[in-house]
Amino acid sequence: MTTLPETTERKLGLVIDLDTCVGCHACVIACKGWNDQGYGAPLSDQDPYGAAPSGTFLNRVHSYEVQPETGPAQLVHFPKSCLHCDDAPCVTVCPTGASYKRVEDGIVLVNESDCIGCGLCAWACPYGAREMDAAEGVMKKCTLCVDRIYNNNLPVEDREPACVRTCPAGARHFGDLADPDSDVSKLVADRGGMDLMPEQGTAPVNKYLPPRPKDQIEDQVDILAPLLAPVAEDPKGFLGWLDRTLEKF
Amino acid sequence: MHPAKSVILFTTLSGLGFGMLFWLGLGRPDVSGWVAFVFFALAFALACGGLMASTFHLGHPERAWKAFTQWRSSWLSREAWAAVLALVVMGLYATAVIFMDQRIAWLGVLGSALSLVTVFTTSMIYTQLKTVPRWNHWLTPPHFLAYALAGGALMAGQVTWAIALLALAAAIQIALWRLGDEALSASGTTLATATGLGPAPRAFEPPHTGSNYLTREMVFVVGRKHAAKLRVIAAILAFGVPILALALPFSHLLAAIAVLSHLTGVLVARWLFFAQAEHVVGLYYGKRAA
Repeated sequence: MTTLPETTERKLGLVIDLDTCVGCHACVIACKGWNDQGYGAPLSDQDPYGAAPSGTFLNRVHSYEVQPETGPAQLVHFPKSCLHCDDAPCVTVCPTGASYKRVEDGIVLVNESDCIGCGLCAWACPYGAREMDAAEGVMKKCTLCVDRIYNNNLPVEDREPACVRTCPAGARHFGDLADPDSDVSKLVADRGGMDLMPEQGTAPVNKYLPPRPKDQIEDQVDILAPLLAPVAEDPKGFLGWLDRTLEKF
Repeated sequence: MHPAKSVILFTTLSGLGFGMLFWLGLGRPDVSGWVAFVFFALAFALACGGLMASTFHLGHPERAWKAFTQWRSSWLSREAWAAVLALVVMGLYATAVIFMDQRIAWLGVLGSALSLVTVFTTSMIYTQLKTVPRWNHWLTPPHFLAYALAGGALMAGQVTWAIALLALAAAIQIALWRLGDEALSASGTTLATATGLGPAPRAFEPPHTGSNYLTREMVFVVGRKHAAKLRVIAAILAFGVPILALALPFSHLLAAIAVLSHLTGVLVARWLFFAQAEHVVGLYYGKRAA
């Protein structure tokens, strides 16, 4: 049913730290790797080794340049995947009921056997989180690795989304954002976690932590600098003679 | 947005077909027998042809029947219902008119209303999308309805109504073009709100060097270069020529010119409707001027 639940018992989602992300794209690769063999149709590539390669990805990393009021410009790497919105516009537009938001944990999923591939849900998403798979003709989106997080066959430390598990910088965090005492909720509270495009009214569950202000370079570069200042203000000896001679020309 | 042929054909032909059915349901023109057969056949061919075209862009057309299940929340599902109900009611009405020479007035009025409801549901599929500010406008439903009513009147030979409605549709179209050009900046969605990175972030590097589904479907806009010229062409073909042809003394040649010109003009206008629509996801790719 493509009507949205009033509330969900939990709000599983990601917290992405824009301060920590180094833009290595490991999460993109881990996501693609896991979702080639896990839930639903595999993420396909078209012309992967040819002149115009293209493929389905559930997670993509953009990079933005920011110019602070003072100091040098900064480069911010910006991973973007489904935000599992509370008021998900992609779900309500679906004509077949293939798209739904789960009551138990708030994950937005696509039942691929009901998807007719009309693409309207991708149009309704402001974030570009949904991509039609060109090989399967069905809509693909982040499942929050629903086949990992509840998978008892995996070691406990692997029961989190592939992107979170793989991130070498610790820039991605997974947890229940409905629980104010969860680690992710505390992180959001401490760091001023924000919504993307709040004016679109989607109420995203995933939060982004803004980059911290950078340290300022102070005038004094090195504590040894005063000791390195030139001491011979008035040269003597041979250098003094040379200096005086050259001045005469 | 990518101007897909299937969707342009669908909105153009079905709009015209259901607009024509609206007038036929009201008994305008009041025809029977073979003449009625020709009118109804044309209207059904347009409406059904458009609906068929719309299934061409589906990834899985064989599951299209599932689109009838979510009428509670989805405008696309409501459109499916409205289209089928309108076609069934108008089919019964047409059968009575053609083969029994009987006009069941209430059935016709019901069919006319359902035909308009179908066009309205189509318009709401686009109007509901906050992600495309140009479409997310109260004028979008009147725009679709005026096109259908005007085109339908033209096809049904309702000269007086056609002239008035073509003029109305032209006015709404021009207003929507003007307002639509401001819609994205008026929506308040910018790269700043999209990323939360201060007042003026700049897209430095896209996720991949190649294109992807998002950039092909929603980001890149083809042929915007000639948009202003195409608007003039669309307005002249869809409204100018037909109004002029209808205002002159009636001849079958002029009527045919009016219809063909209108059809071509609407196709151009619908191409622009999609090609000029800016989806906010383009902001993430640095493709939307602020």
